[in-house]
Order: sequence, then structure tokens, then C-alpha cells
Amino acid sequence: MRIRAQVAMVMNLDKCIGCHTCSVTCKQTWTNREGTEYVWFNNVETKPGIGYPKHYEDQDRWKGGWKLDAKGRLVLRSGGRVKRLSRIFANPDLPSIDDYYEPATFDKDILVNAPAGRTDTPVKRPYSALTGEPMAVTWGANWEDSLGGASGREDPNLARMAAKVTFEFEKTFMFHLPRICEHCLNPACVSACPSGAMYKREEDGIVLVDQDRCRGWRMCVSACPYKKVYVNHATGKAEKCTFCFPRIEAGQPTVCSETCVGRLRYLGILWYDEDAVLAAASVPDDELLDAQRAVFLDPFDEAVQQAARDAGHPEEWIGAAQASPVWKLISEYRIALPLHPEYRTLPMVWYVPPLSPVLDAAGAAGRDDTDADDIFHTIRDLRIPVEYLAELFTAGDAEAAGGVLMKLAAMRSYMRARTLDGTVAQELLDGIDMTGEQVEAMYRLLAIAKYDERYVIPAAHARDAAVLEAQAAAHGDCPVGDPDGAGPFFPADSLRVRS
Amino acid sequence: MTTVLWVVLPYACLAVFLAGHVWRWRRDQFGWTTHTSQLLENQLLRLGSPLFHLGAFGVIGGHALGLLIPASLTRRLGVSEHAYHLVSVSAGSVTGVMLVAGLALLIARRFVNGRIRRVTTTMDKVLYAFLTAMVVLGMTATVGRNMLGGGYDYRETIAVWFRGIFWFQPHTELMTGAPLVYQLHALGGFLFLAIWPFTRLVHVWSAPLAYLWRPYVVYRARRGPAPAPRPAPAAVRDADRGRRSELIALVPPGRDEGPYS
Repeated sequence: MRIRAQVAMVMNLDKCIGCHTCSVTCKQTWTNREGTEYVWFNNVETKPGIGYPKHYEDQDRWKGGWKLDAKGRLVLRSGGRVKRLSRIFANPDLPSIDDYYEPATFDKDILVNAPAGRTDTPVKRPYSALTGEPMAVTWGANWEDSLGGASGREDPNLARMAAKVTFEFEKTFMFHLPRICEHCLNPACVSACPSGAMYKREEDGIVLVDQDRCRGWRMCVSACPYKKVYVNHATGKAEKCTFCFPRIEAGQPTVCSETCVGRLRYLGILWYDEDAVLAAASVPDDELLDAQRAVFLDPFDEAVQQAARDAGHPEEWIGAAQASPVWKLISEYRIALPLHPEYRTLPMVWYVPPLSPVLDAAGAAGRDDTDADDIFHTIRDLRIPVEYLAELFTAGDAEAAGGVLMKLAAMRSYMRARTLDGTVAQELLDGIDMTGEQVEAMYRLLAIAKYDERYVIPAAHARDAAVLEAQAAAHGDCPVGDPDGAGPFFPADSLRVRS
Repeated sequence: MTTVLWVVLPYACLAVFLAGHVWRWRRDQFGWTTHTSQLLENQLLRLGSPLFHLGAFGVIGGHALGLLIPASLTRRLGVSEHAYHLVSVSAGSVTGVMLVAGLALLIARRFVNGRIRRVTTTMDKVLYAFLTAMVVLGMTATVGRNMLGGGYDYRETIAVWFRGIFWFQPHTELMTGAPLVYQLHALGGFLFLAIWPFTRLVHVWSAPLAYLWRPYVVYRARRGPAPAPRPAPAAVRDADRGRRSELIALVPPGRDEGPYS
């Protein structure tokens, strides 16, 4: 067993209102540069929808991720090493910029500089950020927002479901899906990088591109089934979500998490066994979900803790893994699910599927959306939303997806009875095989979602910090420990009383 | 003049080639890339790039064969002059045509496509101009002289001079007698080597052959120490609150609205 730590994320989709604050703050932080105009490390999609870039989930077309070959061995969908190098002069699976969108800018100057006395109102025009020519804006990273700009009918996930349900489904519901890089345990992008510039960090599992070693072979872009590695067309190098590693190292949440208005993101660490990854990625489709859950090691298991200590992980991390909200949501409550486990990359951003579409469906069907029994029946009867969620999160296993929704519905009814009537609905607990304490803790984590419980991020190894402090002290410019008691976060004048 | 052209210039170009690469490798890892533009244009590249690259491999192989292997060696191996000529001209023209077609497509997309035109740097233009000149001269020599014309046995003159450069015994007299088109092609070749390290051609040396046997998933330890832990925003906020209540206590009686109101 080789134990490793992974910084992972869970998003509670029921709370996502699709405000795009995460996308905007991420863009301001990381991709507001020439060459990355079209790049969104974080984007929010409306489902059903074709997504960004268009149809990225259609792996028959883009050949992203892994698959099992005829002999049951795990292979990259785009082919082996020799085949990849043979296609290095022109990558047949690479999306073009038009599959993302043509980025535009506006000549805002005209609004201020237009001559006075004219009867017409000056209007700023869109110009292509690629050619500088005037252009018509016809697509964007969130063009389908709230099903506004496009038809969800082309959604690749719907294509796998029976065609007859599509129309009904569109009328039934929609929800938002925020996406970042999955920082996979079995990353296809890293595996496809010819120059070895992409790597998974040993300390925290964050997947990064070494900008000095990337040679621009752009195989990572096509190999990633989530299309979360991008070509910077100004520098000719690949770029991707960094999981805000400078913040994570300092014990702070990522920018997208920090600024999330709905407080729906959870960050924490997980222990996993590196030697178990390949086997978990190679199981048949119907075992994928359980296999991916089984890669994580129980942080309360003494043997796991000892293994972590032996591997040199600090005590703080062992405690943080036990307090990790991500571990709770994935492994204890088992309500978080991976996005497209069938890509076999073992993604590390998991999702609590949304119950609200089912509640809407229950209401529309004339059922009582506060009655657990009615919701359970809705989940069983209205196969369409559940099957769709199953396509997204459980490799098509509607039973598993439905089970998670049952838990969420039971928690809702249990807390309702608890709060309104003061009763304990034991039959609900029996139905989902959880204790009252667990359900209340789950409720607290999901609904109250306190900052300190959502983000449990141990700072990078303390001995590293000590080294850095020693370095800074040696250079005499250390901003920490100012004798005035005003550290870097407290400039002295910011505390002055304004009268 | 003869010495300058056939001794000084080749050595100067080789020196720039070597020193330039060392300098670029040490100073500009970030700029060391193919500078792919497939994202912006794929229609012409899909055909042009493989043609150009495969053609270039053939052409480079042909040059190595013709320049580095002495005629005496092939004769000793029993390859007749006629057979050698047949192979070199036919293979040379096939790869040459591939190279020309590929280059034409790649240059065309730089002109035709506005997106590509905008990301084309001055160095790219210099490189394309050089490549075009070299290919035109080379094809003139191969097709014009060796295929259609009377033929010229460069293996007894140019190749010997070329090898002599590396033994530090350049026989300039061998070049002065060569046809003009060969002279220009040889000079251009050395100048081309001189600009090589300053163009995107450096990606040639990064041909990712190691990919064939390295493990798929690369793990790497963080380089250097992590930054010192910073207080979480909540801690900052709470600490701020503590300071604030201290400050509130300092506010004179009668002003109870607090410091930030």
C-alpha cells in the first residue's frame, strides 16, 4: 500500500443558483490574460445542455478519458503511445476554438468619446479577440444559461437515454453544474502528455502543468474527457485549473469555493492507496462507483493513520482527514457521486446530486413534495430525472442515483418532523439505513454549512513553513511578526478609529 | 572571399547554432514550444502539418545520406552509381514534393486565416521565408539539375567539403567549382542553422521519444518550501472583531455607535 493525500472537493448541486460568481472570480484570478480569453478554469453549465466546450461529454467524438479494450485492459480512448506520437503533427481529436467560442471584446471608448450633439446613441460593438475584426457574438461559455440560448435536446447524456423521454424531460427540470478540473487520481491528461510536463503533486494530488517543460504538443487537451486543459494560444502552452494551490498550501479555500454565494462547495483531504488506483479504474462499468469509493482509505482506521505517519505525513493532516467534509459526504453519508465515473479517470471533484428537480416533478405530478413517501414514489416512478442524473454521476446506475436522492428526501422529511412536530421519524431512518445523529450531522453540513466545516484544509507541511520563515528572517524582510503587532493582514492604519 | 564564404561563414553559423541553443535552453524554457496554432485553424493544418513534417524527415534523412556517407563507402558496398542516383532522385523528389506541398499549405494558412495571421510573429515570417528559399533552391538542384539536367555529382565535391568542416579541414576549392544553385543552397543551409535556435524550430530537440517508455501517471514532489500558513479569512475576521471591541472600549462615553459606523 502506498498511501497518498488528495485535496478533493464536493459540490452540493441543490444549492447552486447558477450565479457564475465562481466563474467570474476564477477568471479574474487566473485567466484574464491574452491567450486565455476563451479559457474558463471554472464554468457553470445548465443541464440538460451540451456544455462548454460543445458536446464535450461525447467521447465517441472527442476520445477523452480511458476505456477497457477487448481484453479488459485499461487504455486511453485516443489510443496508445505509438498512435499518439504518430498523430503529433495534427491531433485529430483536438477541439477548435469554435467548439469553445470566439472570445469578443468591446470598443467601450466610443461610449465616452462619441462626439456630442449627435441624435443617435453611441453603441459599443463586439470585436473578435482573435482577429480584431468586428464580429457577431453567437456562442459563449454559458450560452445555454438556464436553458435560455440553446436546446438541451442535443445533450450527449440524453442521447444515451431513450429518445422518447427527451421532450418530457426538457419540460420537467433543469439544474446547474459548476465544473472545474477534476484533479483525477488516474488523470488521462497526464498520461497523454508526451513531454512529461504534466504531473500530479505527491503532497496533495493537485494536477499541474509545468510551464517550463510543456512543449505544446496539445495531447492533454484532447485526452481530458472533461476538457479542462486548455491551450494558451499566446504562449503555445497548456494551462489548467491549479486548484488555487498557493491558497491551498496556505490553508485557504480555492477562490471559487471562497466566493461561492450558495456555500455549496466543500474542501477536504482524502487518503487513498496509489496502488489501488489502476485496479479501480479497470473494473466493469456497473462496479465503477463502488470501486472508486473503495480507493479511499478510512481516516479513522488505526492502520491507515500509522501508514500515513510512516509515509511522513504530519499529524495535522491525519486529524484534517478525519474532519474532512469530503470524506463524510463521499464515504460516510455516501451522498456525493463522481462526475462521469465511466471516464475511468477517478475524478476528485464529486457532487451531491440535486433533489430539487425531483421535488419539482413531484409537485407537477400533483404529489406532496414535503411527504417523504410521495417523494420516494416520485423517485421510483418518474424515471426520467433519476436516469439522467445516473448518466451524469453513476455510469447509468439509476438505483445508486435514486438511493442518494432517497437519503436527501428522507433527511428533509426527518428534519421537518423534528423541527415542526418534535418527533423522530424512525421509519425514515430505517429506510435509508442511517442513525438520527448521522442525519442531523449531515443536515448541519449540507444546510447550515459553516465555513470551518465546509473547508478543512491543513496548511502545507509545517517544516516547510519553518524553512521559509528562516529564509525570510535571514533576509530581514519578513513581514510576519511585526513588533507593532500588526501582521501582514492588519496594516496598522486599518485599525484606526474613524470618527 | 572564398575563405569567408566556405570557411568563416560555416564556422560562424555553427557557433551561433550551438551557443544559441545553450543560451535559449538556459534562458527561455518558457518559450521553448511548438507554438501550436491548431486550436485556431485545423482545416489546412490537418493536411499541411503531417505533409510538411514527414517530408522534412525524408529530406533530412536524404541530406544525411548524401552528405555524410562517402561515395567510396557506397561503391565498396556494391551500390552502382546508377542505382544510387535513381534512389536519391526518386526519394528526394517524393519527400521534396511532400515538403513543398506541406510548406505551401502552412504558409497559406498564415495568410488566409485572420486568426493565424495575428499570432504570426516576425521570427515566424523570417523562418518561413528561409524555409521557402531553401526548399526552392534544393528542389531546383534536385529536379532541375539531377532529374532533368545533366546531373551534378555533389558527393565528390560538396559532401567532401561538408565533412571536412567537421574534421577542421575544409577544402574550399571543392566549393568554388560547384554550380551556383548548390553554392547558394549550401550557404543558405548554414545561415538556416544560425537562425534555428531563435525560432520555434527548437521544438525539434524536444521530440518526445521518452514518452514511449515512461509510466503514464507522473508524480512529482513540490519544489522548494511551501509558503507560511496564512490565517483563514474567518480567523482574520474574528481577530478583527476582537481588536474592534478593544477599540470600542476606548471610544469616549456618549459615542456608542462603534468605530465603523
